[in-house]
Amino acid sequence: MTENKKKVAAYWASSCGGCDVALLGLHEKIVDLLENAEIVFWPAATDFKYDDLKGYPDDEIDITFFNGGIRTDENEEIANLLRKKSKTLVAYGSCAAQGGIPGLANMSSREELLETVYTKTPTTHNPEGLIPSEVSTRDGVELRLPGLQERVRSLEQAVDVDFFIPGCPPPPNLTQKFLGALLEGELPEKGSVFAGERTVCDECDREWKGKSISEVRRPHEVEIDPDVCLLDQGIICMGPATRSGCGAGCPEVNVPCKGCFGPPAKVDDQGTEMLNSLASILQVGEEGKGLEEERNILSGLRDPIGSFYTYSLPSSIFGGRVDDGGKDE
Amino acid sequence: MEFEPELVGFLCKWCSSAGADLAGVSRRQYPSNLVPVTVNCSGRVDASFILKAFKDGADGVLVSGCHPGDCHYTSGNYKAWRRVAMVKRALEEFGVNPSRLRLEWVSATEGDKFASVVEEFTGEIRELGPGPFNHD
Repeated sequence: MTENKKKVAAYWASSCGGCDVALLGLHEKIVDLLENAEIVFWPAATDFKYDDLKGYPDDEIDITFFNGGIRTDENEEIANLLRKKSKTLVAYGSCAAQGGIPGLANMSSREELLETVYTKTPTTHNPEGLIPSEVSTRDGVELRLPGLQERVRSLEQAVDVDFFIPGCPPPPNLTQKFLGALLEGELPEKGSVFAGERTVCDECDREWKGKSISEVRRPHEVEIDPDVCLLDQGIICMGPATRSGCGAGCPEVNVPCKGCFGPPAKVDDQGTEMLNSLASILQVGEEGKGLEEERNILSGLRDPIGSFYTYSLPSSIFGGRVDDGGKDE
Repeated sequence: MEFEPELVGFLCKWCSSAGADLAGVSRRQYPSNLVPVTVNCSGRVDASFILKAFKDGADGVLVSGCHPGDCHYTSGNYKAWRRVAMVKRALEEFGVNPSRLRLEWVSATEGDKFASVVEEFTGEIRELGPGPFNHD
């Protein structure tokens, strides 16, 4: 039996650890999995070391669930190593698939981030203004930290990826669906996304009235009608710009969709997709009159990039803040 | 070498594209910096088209449609107007000067206006310098 067992690995790069918990969230199904599979590397749950991984022959691992984006040199090094050692590499969760929430850091430069975190936050006490460096020496001993890269990238932007399971974290049914296909030897074609093709609205039970809205309201500012489309009620819900497959669990409980599944199939920029949707329903002034009002448009929306690209900034068209003026980055 | 702006213009088929044609048949001289892309309606211009044009190195993007009230599809130009306003806001947040994106209404009879718009826009972008992804 042992020789037929699939070798499985999991890794966390720039992520919160929620995806590892999601794997454990398979509950008793994980026992079924372990009957057919053997864990060979999983830093969050087992005690394998990087050296163990380096010692495996190439393509030794049948399947690797890689969660987290690529933020540090260590993330990239292990991504390359796991790619070499794995037959199948899965970008597991929003961060690996699209860059995720840590990807919003791409709106600031690496230097701005370090400065903010280590010197500017109100709770920071750092009178010497020390900022961690890759190499430092203490008592004659050289200490090294993995380098912080200029930008956050999705896994696919760093190495070749076979499958994507989006979600923050991915819901257990999609992980199970993937494991089922793996164990049956019926994996779909490379590049497939284990989720729906359409949008969250497609799975949402709320009634859509197609109303125009004159202002953007935040969830705490209104008493939400539980049966009517959140956008109809002026609440920004990312449903129209987000891939289906989650079962629309958030809008079902009055929480607007935040877009964790990334853009739907055939759409490559979630933010502009949402912008298109909103432009169709926002009613600003009289139709066609008041071009001067354009500055006020969306004034109720505090942070358009943070709201529309919450999970997908690194894999969007711009990828983050850009430098205007034709200078090289 | 002097900076020569490269502009992309999304022109609606019914008004602005015809206006551009009129500028041509009227032998109106204007800068050749704008690459016209004819779309069925200015409302067809997806926000991602605009971002992609910049990503591919455009220094400026023009969206031009029928005058308010004249849209062949009733309301496409209103959608374009809101969309452009929102993309401008997004561009600003991304660090791109929003004046690099321009919305104009040009009818089929306004060949002269089309030529002046391209003239003016080319001049403005020449002042602003190369776009955010123009690394030539």
